[in-house]
Amino acid sequence: MTDTMMLLMEILVSGLLVLAGVFGLVGSLGLLKLPDLMTRLHAPTKATTLGVGGALIASMLYFGVFMDQFSFHELMITLFLFLTAPISANLIAKAHVLREEQPEKLPPTGAACGWATFDETADPSRPPEA
Amino acid sequence: MIGYALLFAFGCFGLGLLMNLYRAAIGPTVPDRVLALDTMVINVIALMILYGIWQGTAMYFEASLLFAMTGFISTVAYARFMLRGNIIE
Repeated sequence: MTDTMMLLMEILVSGLLVLAGVFGLVGSLGLLKLPDLMTRLHAPTKATTLGVGGALIASMLYFGVFMDQFSFHELMITLFLFLTAPISANLIAKAHVLREEQPEKLPPTGAACGWATFDETADPSRPPEA
Repeated sequence: MIGYALLFAFGCFGLGLLMNLYRAAIGPTVPDRVLALDTMVINVIALMILYGIWQGTAMYFEASLLFAMTGFISTVAYARFMLRGNIIE
């Protein structure tokens, strides 16, 4: 590989690392500064996950180009984090709705049944009987 | 150049970890604290990956993969405990 290519890869890895750090910091700052839990959920699940993804891709490029040991482990971690972040956010939001919100004050669902967290019917997929 | 970028990223994620710790301490509700702990796990994964680059060894990938899995499972367990008052029914 020529020197110019090496310099370009170095710039790419450094840029990815700086981007990852900025996104991670923005995510944690959002967790600290935003006013309530439903808005606070946005920052870590989006910005921080993207920051970690950037760090993992930078690590993959670094080990592939400069260490000659290319591997897809990092992509596996990135995929796992991208899959699990929405699930854990959904579960935390459900817990928040159950513990902190009043069922009468929630907006309408636009469907035949109410909010799944508060649904008293035996089978939530069926509309409640009148 | 990669060294300076690494130091910058270390600083960012370390500062983020401190912010998450503050949020976990002040709350105010239990889901807030669980969310802060979940974010702390993600930041620690990033720190481990960066430390792997810093040391030039691929040994930390397995550790961070295990950390990601245990973090997700503990978040699910916390959320389930808050929702049902029980983890395995």
